[in-house]
Amino acid sequence: MTATLDPATAPSVVPVAARRGIARRTIGMVLLIATTVIAVPLSLAVGAKPIPLGPVVEALLSYDPTDTDHLVVRELRLPRTIVGLFVGSALGVAGALMQAVTRNPLADPGILGVNAGASFAVVIGIWAFGTTSVDDLVWFALVGAAITSVVVYALGSIGRAGATPVRLALAGAALSALLFALTRAVTLLDTATLDQFRFWAVGSLSGRDADIAWSVAPFIVVGLVMAVGVSRSLNAIGLGDDAAAALGVKVHLTRGVSGIAIMLLCGAAVAAVGPIGFVGLVLPHAARALFGPDQRWLVPACAFGGAAFLLLCDTAGRVIARPSEVQVGIMTAAIGGPAFVILVRRMRMVRL
Amino acid sequence: MTAVVGTARVVRAGSFSVRVDVRSVTVCSLLLVGILVVATWSIMVGDFPLSVRQVLSAVFGDGGDDAEFIVQTLRLPRALTAILVGAALGMSGAVFQSIARNPLGSPDIVGFQQGAAFGAVLVIVYWGGSSLAVAGGAVAGGVVTALLVYVLAWKRGLSSSRLVLVGIGIGFTAAAGVDYLITRADIYDVQRAAVWLTGSLNGRSWDHVRTVGLALLVLAPLVIIGQRSLDRLDLGDDTAAALGVRVNRAKLGLIVLAVGLSALAVAAAGPIAFIAFVAGPIARRMVNSPNACVVPAAFVGAFVLTAADLVARRVLAPTELPVGVMTAIIGAPYLLWLLTRRARTGAL
Repeated sequence: MTATLDPATAPSVVPVAARRGIARRTIGMVLLIATTVIAVPLSLAVGAKPIPLGPVVEALLSYDPTDTDHLVVRELRLPRTIVGLFVGSALGVAGALMQAVTRNPLADPGILGVNAGASFAVVIGIWAFGTTSVDDLVWFALVGAAITSVVVYALGSIGRAGATPVRLALAGAALSALLFALTRAVTLLDTATLDQFRFWAVGSLSGRDADIAWSVAPFIVVGLVMAVGVSRSLNAIGLGDDAAAALGVKVHLTRGVSGIAIMLLCGAAVAAVGPIGFVGLVLPHAARALFGPDQRWLVPACAFGGAAFLLLCDTAGRVIARPSEVQVGIMTAAIGGPAFVILVRRMRMVRL
Repeated sequence: MTAVVGTARVVRAGSFSVRVDVRSVTVCSLLLVGILVVATWSIMVGDFPLSVRQVLSAVFGDGGDDAEFIVQTLRLPRALTAILVGAALGMSGAVFQSIARNPLGSPDIVGFQQGAAFGAVLVIVYWGGSSLAVAGGAVAGGVVTALLVYVLAWKRGLSSSRLVLVGIGIGFTAAAGVDYLITRADIYDVQRAAVWLTGSLNGRSWDHVRTVGLALLVLAPLVIIGQRSLDRLDLGDDTAAALGVRVNRAKLGLIVLAVGLSALAVAAAGPIAFIAFVAGPIARRMVNSPNACVVPAAFVGAFVLTAADLVARRVLAPTELPVGVMTAIIGAPYLLWLLTRRARTGAL
């Protein structure tokens, strides 16, 4: 038997415990996938006009354009659901990667200012370049997300202590404040931009058509594949950079690839539905409680969990304040804000 | 008779004595001159430029109908609102930073202003809202948020980093609430609310001057009396208690006063970011004192806000930016600088 030092394969040294862990995690993953699968028909059936599951299934299998129920399902709810699946998994995985790379339990695209950066870039795209299609706006969002993540991380990690949770969160909050102020300035200068921006800015799945899903899908798929690719190396980085290097992991390459994946996932998600916070914060914590710290389990768990969480939030938002809708970004903030406070209370605090 | 303690001088008249710090009096006088100059300049410029002489005579009521209308109904209330709101925010920030014993503890960073904004927008969207009702909503929102943040950050004592992080979390939640209200209004209300939410001094009337003016008139003297306890609290809770301060009662009282000041400022001008945050540290440095310097902080706040408003109006003239954009452009880099500097010295 060859016992290796690679933390990814280390559990094989204790086969019984590992097998038990794998069984538990397999069951957990099956339950998570089942939740996602249940969330889809719910999202198709629930809304201003509730549609029973029978017609929902018919609409998918034998579409009849003259039937209004079928029309609602195929034209409105199906695209919205697909966008929700993509964006939810993107945000969940982006959060998992951010928390792993920064080793910061409070990392989230919203808190670290990446959403604000992407939003600002999108507003610039609408206002200065007259861009309106998501196909083109996604590029602005990607650039905005990239620049902000680099700046926040650089600002947060100056000094000997490296990137502490408190400093990253504050750097993110400061940059968010600045970028949102600039975004407001632009929308105030131009009412047309404001009108186009305001429903988008709040983070909503409503009125998203299939085109949006297909134009961001490639970015999200590539991002997810990259995330799965680096998950093994991220486990090693979790032990510290020196230990990871000693284990033969290319630390800078891993961070770089993770950074690009985060940028693709956040940028695409913001371009598709606007800045949605806290999905990336909450999901990885819930997943860690269930699956432990192994990134190879966390990444897929956050992908499915994020998709299910976003769809369920969106579905709940449709019925919670009838006849109007609560945007999904507000639902996630309403759940995520308190979750953030709970996490902060559980953290052991360093002196500020 | 006078006695000198450092730069402080004690002025006695019979049994009555006041401790006057020469340096802070000088700083405040200089700032006052600066405020008057910038405010006058701010009243002079615009679509209808006025000379200094026209402004002065219009202020005192004999400048001719046009100039009098422009000055007395449009530009003077705006300038006064800027001064008073800046003073209220600066004072409130200095108190919070001193109690949190951390420059990051100011009401804009830890979410009270977002809470006050939520209260105010709630009143605007659901009840139409006179400026008095909006002020009430802002105060209620600010107080509830402050209580929430302090209660949630409390865990066998108050760690200042926990306070800041809990505040950021609550602030995000309140901001989501504001967003929700915004999506329910029609586009004209949204435009108005959006300007207000960025923090704007555009179109301020004597109503706004009265709201903040009264707040300052009532609350500022109480804060100045409280400065004594504040200075002792700065030494740590145990030392303060040994010096005869009832720690919890003093803290609660000061927090209530500071929340009142910042909430009424928000009611008048929207949640203007970073004034409360920058005023205290600048005042401390100017006065060169380790104490909270609530009065100099008020003067600094008034000066910075007045100047920021002037720049915001003129930088893209004739288009006027809301002043909140300008304060964010000044304040965010300062926050980032503070973070990097504290990181280097290992204080964070």
